[in-house]
Amino acid sequence: MSVDTRQRKAERIRHLLETEGDSVHKNTQVFNNGRYESTADLEDYEELKDEARAIKEDAIERLPELVNQVTETVEANGGTVYIADDAADANRYVTEVADGRDVVKSKSMTSEEIEVNESLEASGSDVWETDLAEFVLQVADEAPSHIVAPAIHKSREEIAELFNAYFEPEKPLETAQELTQFAREYLGEKFVDAEVGMTGANFVTADTGTLALVTSEGNARKCVQATDTHVAVAGVEKIIPRVEDLQPFVELIGRSGTGQDITSYVSLFTPPGDSPTFDVDDELGSGDEREFHLVLIDNGRMEMREDDQLRETLYCIRCSACANSCANFQHVGGHAFGGETYSGGIATGWEAGVHGADSAAEFNDLCTGCSRCVNQCPVNIDIPWINTVVRDRINRGKDGDLDFLVKGLTPDEEPGGVDLQKRLFGNFDTLAKLGSAFAPLSNWVAQAGPARSLMERTLGVDSRRELPEFERESLVEWFKNRGPQVDPEEARRQVALYPDAYTNYVRTERGKAAIRVLEALDVRVDVPSAGESGRAPLSQGMVATAQSNAEDVYDALAPAVAAGHDVVVVEPSDLAMFHREYERLLPEDNYTALKNHSYEILEYVYGLLENGADINALPDGDDMQIAYHSHCQQRTLNLEPYTLAVLEDCGFDVRTSDVECCGMAGSFGYKSEYYELSIDVGETLVDQFTTENTADRTVVASGTSCLEQLDALLTRRPAHPVRLLDT
Amino acid sequence: MSAEPITTFESSLEEVGVELVRTSTDQFESTLIPLLSTPAVGAPLPFENVSLPDAVETDPGVEELEAAKTGVTAAGYGIAEYGSVIIQGGPDGEEPASLYADEHVAVVAGSDVLPDMDATFDRLAEDIRSDAGQAIIATGPSATADMGALVKGAHGPVEVTVVLLEDR
Repeated sequence: MSVDTRQRKAERIRHLLETEGDSVHKNTQVFNNGRYESTADLEDYEELKDEARAIKEDAIERLPELVNQVTETVEANGGTVYIADDAADANRYVTEVADGRDVVKSKSMTSEEIEVNESLEASGSDVWETDLAEFVLQVADEAPSHIVAPAIHKSREEIAELFNAYFEPEKPLETAQELTQFAREYLGEKFVDAEVGMTGANFVTADTGTLALVTSEGNARKCVQATDTHVAVAGVEKIIPRVEDLQPFVELIGRSGTGQDITSYVSLFTPPGDSPTFDVDDELGSGDEREFHLVLIDNGRMEMREDDQLRETLYCIRCSACANSCANFQHVGGHAFGGETYSGGIATGWEAGVHGADSAAEFNDLCTGCSRCVNQCPVNIDIPWINTVVRDRINRGKDGDLDFLVKGLTPDEEPGGVDLQKRLFGNFDTLAKLGSAFAPLSNWVAQAGPARSLMERTLGVDSRRELPEFERESLVEWFKNRGPQVDPEEARRQVALYPDAYTNYVRTERGKAAIRVLEALDVRVDVPSAGESGRAPLSQGMVATAQSNAEDVYDALAPAVAAGHDVVVVEPSDLAMFHREYERLLPEDNYTALKNHSYEILEYVYGLLENGADINALPDGDDMQIAYHSHCQQRTLNLEPYTLAVLEDCGFDVRTSDVECCGMAGSFGYKSEYYELSIDVGETLVDQFTTENTADRTVVASGTSCLEQLDALLTRRPAHPVRLLDT
Repeated sequence: MSAEPITTFESSLEEVGVELVRTSTDQFESTLIPLLSTPAVGAPLPFENVSLPDAVETDPGVEELEAAKTGVTAAGYGIAEYGSVIIQGGPDGEEPASLYADEHVAVVAGSDVLPDMDATFDRLAEDIRSDAGQAIIATGPSATADMGALVKGAHGPVEVTVVLLEDR
């Protein structure tokens, strides 16, 4: 990426942070909090998610058969089915059906994907978006910024200003109530005049030809009732086998999306419907002659189905949980975190499959892999993995002109086309090794003005960030000189402490503290020389390098695991590699063995204390006031409670943050194009730690990135929580 | 689900801002009349010995629909756990009558209050397979947050009331 491209990207993000960030943040917070509350009330939440996932897996597996079945069913019901290969094909069919007649539409992202409005208008139809948010965007001539609440980036004041300027009402509109009433009346006439009603479909059942539409306003119902011709456009992936299969989705979709137990209307239409419609003379006449056209759109989906990595995207029910739970999305919204049509975490899969890699490449880097969306997805899609795979493909798609430059110079497994910035961060292990070998000289040179400006220009490393300072003596070297302290015969347990790259070369003090704390609890600790976990290259989309690192780490830790020892990890993002991503990078047996024997440091301390270790061997917190920020991936693995419990049991008084991510996210906050977004996200965490109740508390955080971000933004120097337990 | 789906139904309805009014077949008309704001529209009720008062227009035109303050229809069944009613549309005009008026009054038989989504989908599947063209799972009034704050009453009713026929 050139300096200019980075600058343009940074400017675009800055502009959106200023103009749309506040509205997006406020509104996504409501959805995000609502989802946590609403799903907590659902007793069998996890079971419903598994059920929903299984239905989608089965449906996509049998998709060609289900397409045939739904075609037969809809035709037997008296409707017509058209399978459109692509957007142009779909638009040609829809415009033929509309034949210049007026169209009222309910919200449909699929219709946004094919841009049907433009085609309809070109063929002489008047088209009205009747979903109020879509109506606002139609008037404003803007694109959706969120897949469920498309005008989420607009405040009430902005909408009022827009309507007052555009419609010039006698009395200026001001409140949300007035704006809604105005739009209802304005669109009320459009419903009466229109002859064609277009809807999408959240689900289509193959056995009965039923469409399920999840809405709140009632406009989809009017689109169907008030017109003579119902056209529903839906991606082929929306088909599920049976009516009964709708149940888990009906229970999950509102909760997962806007945080409502259920939306006002879940409409199950088995068209053509026979509700009375409006005659030419404005009477209610028979609806018996209503036509129904189901347009099922392929547009790349059947190829996604054949793609082992993108197939999961087709399970997506477009609920928006991945957008609402994403810290970057919460701050900048879908106009940055989105492609031609779709936005949020899963959009990378949709855009790559539907519009192609270029559209995905526009925003794919905004997924930092923090994994907060993973447990929120109602169909258990590994959204960070899809982002990683697509990033890898984008890397490889670029031509390999730089091969001559990098051959032999970088230790990775990637082709020459990988962006230099990604390559730098992806090879953090090598960098850290060199930095440590030449410390402190390497630190002085790296921090010097000329070096920083060169790094900013060539590598896009933002010069406003402090660089990590490498220690001359690595943790592994320190431990080699010091040796284990607990006799294996008398040890409660034996562990291998994994020296992740940061703990080994940069923040050795937390590694030493972890070792001393374990030893205080009678654990014999060894520190094997194991390399970087693969997290760094994986976050840059360098999957082959990540895999090679993973294999090396496994080889280094396997003897300890084979001997029945436990592996203890300080850095949560590396433990998350062992527990999540290694499943895709290692042979199954190796993955399972390492996963079953590896623990986060304070999770392990908790386990020791629960199993008889003496808490008096640890210092007394004496009500010391602590503010604790857990790590995103640590929270996804449900490991935050252990740190909290250990600190509280030791007598510390702890407050926790509840932001999804600190905004640093490994290399993300160093990148000059994303620096300002990273700071914006970090400020939300800082706000939580500078309240009256938290401003004087000692700050601890489990992740290296979180520590760096907090260090940059707070005047207090934060530390890893294990250091509180180190005497 | 408790043995008292109607109690659960009532509290779920309350959570979504819907009042439950209990009545019986012979008290129906006297219960309904105070709930009506005129002009009122509606669709004929399918319950034996229960009919709509004359004040309710069952064959409205566009103007009458749009002017209607109250729309009275039957609801196929209720879902206790969610406080939802199922609006089954058809040639009699349940769909427009329940959708255009400011307030929707949904009449449900006591025996049609189902405990949860499991029971509901068993019944929905049966109905849809025997040709019910429409089933709207309606929960509370229509709503939108698209204009910068939550507003009750978007394209559909602002208010919903459920009248329960306890002896049906």
